[in-house]
Amino acid sequence: MTAEAALSPRFGDFGGRYIPETLVGAHEELEAAYEAARRDPAFQAELDHLLTHYVGRATPLYFAERLTAECGGARIWLKREDLAHTGAHKINNAMGQALLAKRLGKPRIIAETGAGQHGVATATVCAMLDLECAVYMGTEDIRRQSLNVFRMKMLGATVVPVDSGSKTLKDAINEAMRDWVTNVETTHYLIGSAIGPHPFPTIVRDFQSVIGKEARQQMLEQAGKLPDVAVACVGGGSNAIGLFHPFVDDPVRLIGVEAGGEGVRTGKHSATLVAGRPGVLHGTKTYLLQDPDGQILETHSISAGLDYPGVGPEHSWLKTSERAEYVAVDDEQALEGFKALTRAEGIIPALEPSHAIYHAMQVARELRPDQDLLIGLSGRGDKDMHTVAGALGVTL
Amino acid sequence: MSSRLRELFATSHAEGRALFVAYTTAGYPSREQTVPVLLALEAGGADVIELGMPFTDPMADGATIQHANQVAVEQGVSLRECFSLVRAARAQGLKVPVLFMGYYNPILSLGDEATAAEAQASGVDGFIVVDLPPEEAGDFLAACRAHDQSFVPLVAPTTADARIKKLAAVADAFLYCVSVTGTTGSRAVATDTLPAFLARIRAQTELPLAVGFGISTREHVERVSKLADAAVVGSAIIAAIDAAGPEGAAQGVREYVEDVSGR
Repeated sequence: MTAEAALSPRFGDFGGRYIPETLVGAHEELEAAYEAARRDPAFQAELDHLLTHYVGRATPLYFAERLTAECGGARIWLKREDLAHTGAHKINNAMGQALLAKRLGKPRIIAETGAGQHGVATATVCAMLDLECAVYMGTEDIRRQSLNVFRMKMLGATVVPVDSGSKTLKDAINEAMRDWVTNVETTHYLIGSAIGPHPFPTIVRDFQSVIGKEARQQMLEQAGKLPDVAVACVGGGSNAIGLFHPFVDDPVRLIGVEAGGEGVRTGKHSATLVAGRPGVLHGTKTYLLQDPDGQILETHSISAGLDYPGVGPEHSWLKTSERAEYVAVDDEQALEGFKALTRAEGIIPALEPSHAIYHAMQVARELRPDQDLLIGLSGRGDKDMHTVAGALGVTL
Repeated sequence: MSSRLRELFATSHAEGRALFVAYTTAGYPSREQTVPVLLALEAGGADVIELGMPFTDPMADGATIQHANQVAVEQGVSLRECFSLVRAARAQGLKVPVLFMGYYNPILSLGDEATAAEAQASGVDGFIVVDLPPEEAGDFLAACRAHDQSFVPLVAPTTADARIKKLAAVADAFLYCVSVTGTTGSRAVATDTLPAFLARIRAQTELPLAVGFGISTREHVERVSKLADAAVVGSAIIAAIDAAGPEGAAQGVREYVEDVSGR
C-alpha cells in the first residue's frame, strides 16, 4: 500500500471526519504530525526502542497444543498480547500516540476507557513520559472494573466518572470529546480504538499493526507457513485490525468476533457489524447499532471492552468488501471459551478475547490437522475475575 | 437557500438592527409543550428560531442541552416528528424562520434528500449540523440547495483564515460563529476576544454573522448585538423552561426572551 493510500480519510464508503468545527484544526495538525512522524526514522527508532524494552515486544506466538488436541482440528496458535506490559494490546497504540502528543507539544492527555485496559495503558505511558492524564469512564464500567480504576489512580491519572446515557464506553467518548472541544489547544485526545474521525482509525491501526506483522513473521518461522485463518474479537476493533491488516493481501481467512451479549435476537448485544447498519457517530461513518430514527441504541456485553454501538470504519469496509467475515458470540459462549483456554493451557484470557477463543474453537473443528488457525489473544483476564465469579454464581 | 431567512438578514442589516435567535430542543420539556414554546419564543421577540433535533449523543453540547436531548429522545421524538411540530406551529401562526440544529445521524438515517424535501414541505428554512463540515456535506448540501433550505456552516475561534473563506463559500444566509472553544452553555461569551475574532472573519467574507455559545444575559445580548448581525441564546432558554416548570414552560420562555432580547 502506498503512503498516500494509507492516509486516505476513507475506507471505501466508510470513515471520514464528521466533527465540530472547533476540532478541525486539531485533526489537521494531528494528521500532518503523524505523516511527518511515520517518515521520521528518529520517531520510529524511539517507538521501537520503547516497544522492545518497556512494553516487552515482540510478544510470543504460542502453539496451544492441548487446546488443539481438544478441538481435534486445525493447529491453534495464540498471539500473546496478554504478555505485553499492562496486560493487553492497548499499550501499543497508547505508546505511539503519546509520543505523537509530545511531538505536538501537548502536555495534557485525555482518553476514554471501557474495560479500563486502554485507560491503564494511557495512564502508564503518561506516567513514564511525564504527561498529565485524565481518563473518562462510564460509571457502569467503573463498577465492573474497579481494579483498573485503582490502577489508573495509582499511576497518577484522574479518572472522571461519566453518568450520562448508558454510562459505558460510548458515553465516555462523548465526554472526552466535550473535554477536547474545550481544551483543544493544550490537549491530545488519545483515542483507544480504531474508531473516531480521520486520522485516528489509520493511526490506531498502524500502531496496532505491530501485532499482525510480528505474528505473520512468527507463523512463517514457527509453522513454516501463513495461518489459514486469523480470528480476533471486535468491539471498536483495534486488536482485530492490528492483527488482520498485515494479512489483508494474503490468502488468509479473517474472522472478527463481536459480542452477542444475551443473544443477538434479544436485542441485548453489541454485535454492530452483524446486526447494525451504516450511520455516523463519534466523527466517522461506520456500522452502528441504531433505531429506525437514527438514535443510537444501548449495548450489552459481559465484557466492558466490547460494549460499544459502533465499530472502526475499516472493519465496515472489510465487511462490505467481503474481505473479512464477522460473527457474534454470546456471553455464555464467551465464558465457555474463557474456561476452555484456562483449563487446557493455563492461560487466563480477558473476557474480550474469550469471544474469539470460543468461535476459533468451533472453526478449528471444521479444519484439517495440517491447517493453522491464529487467535489474537488481546489481553489477560485478571481484571475480569469478579465478573466471571459473578457469572458462575461464586461470591469472592 | 431560504429566501425568507436571507431577506430577514438583509433587511435587518440595512436597518442596522441585530437579530435575536432563540434555540429550543424539539420535545422539551414535552412533545405537547413544544408548539406553545415555539410560539412563545416568537411572541417574546425571537427573530429566528433554532429547533434542536433530538439525538442520543450530542457530543458538542453541555449538560443543559444534553439533558433536553435525553428527555426528548426518551419520549421518542424523532426527526420526522420535528417536522410535524413545525407544521403544527406554522398552522397556529408561527411566522419567523426556523432552522433545525443538531447532529447528522438522524438526517442520514431518514436520507439527505428526504430530509431536505420534508423540511421544505413543513416550513423549515435550513439546517445547522454540528458534526457535518462542508467536506462531508456534499449530498446533503445539494439536497438543501434543491429544496430552498439554507445550510449554515459554523466558524470557531480555532478556524484558520483560509478555512473561513471555504466555509463562507458554502454558506448562503449567514455564518454561525462559535464564540468560545467549548460545549454549549459551558462558559460565558468572551466579549474581550470577540471583536478580533469577528474582524478575522469579516476580512474573509461579507456574509452576516451570528454569534452563539455562552450568551445568557441581556448584557451579553446587547454587547454581541453591537458587534455581530445576530445573537443566539440556547442553553439559557432551556434553563428558563426548567425554571418555569412543565406547565408554565411557554409563559416562562416568553418572559425570559422578552427580558434577554430587550424587545
